[in-house]
Amino acid sequence: MLRIDRATYDAIVAHAKRDHPDEACGIVAGPEGSDRPERMVEMVNAAGSPTFYEFDSTELLALYKQMWANDEEPVVVYHSHTATEAYPSRTDIGLAQEPGAHYVLVSTREHGNNDGPVEFRSYTIVDGEVTEEEVDVVAALPPRSE
Amino acid sequence: MSVEVRIPTILRTYTGGEKAVSGEGASLSALIDDLEANHPGIKERLVESKDAGPDLRRFVNVYVNDEDVRFLGGLDAELSDGDQVVVLPAVAGG
Repeated sequence: MLRIDRATYDAIVAHAKRDHPDEACGIVAGPEGSDRPERMVEMVNAAGSPTFYEFDSTELLALYKQMWANDEEPVVVYHSHTATEAYPSRTDIGLAQEPGAHYVLVSTREHGNNDGPVEFRSYTIVDGEVTEEEVDVVAALPPRSE
Repeated sequence: MSVEVRIPTILRTYTGGEKAVSGEGASLSALIDDLEANHPGIKERLVESKDAGPDLRRFVNVYVNDEDVRFLGGLDAELSDGDQVVVLPAVAGG
């Protein structure tokens, strides 16, 4: 299950709507091993495409160095589909290389840049195997238990 | 002559879970051969055969001292003692 706070959920949806008809992408980092999506980072889609996304390689390194410095990992990797359902495409499955992450897919096909509901779904993708999981949107994540 | 190589989560099955390993080589391709000798199977994940010869896989990024090796000659990129190499899978999809 993915548990995510309302503000982060809304920010991912807003990013997807803003970048429509191109695909939007980014991550939500959290403390290593915590499974807590705490810090959202919008990334530029270097492909600038309605059918493909890719983090810019220089920004990717900067992002990971920042996470390593903070003892964080990518808890959520999100991107949007702008003409199809919020389900991982064959390309998504083939290129998924963060086995510990929740892969969030948002579809903006219904309302594009405008207000209105979107599909927001989450999956794990390990060795080409896709498993959908429940998304639990909470007002705020519970306090960290340390 | 030793180079530190940062290994991404998905390739740590080849390094016994280690986040970083050290290797040797005067070029990236020599370093990858050295890694392969100690961590069999890892080379296949980094390099593919193309018509023009072996090349880095399209969706694997390798950086030497923070520079993407695609701007440093790819597999021919030269390495020096103390260089820091980072391997990061691309985050991409369709």
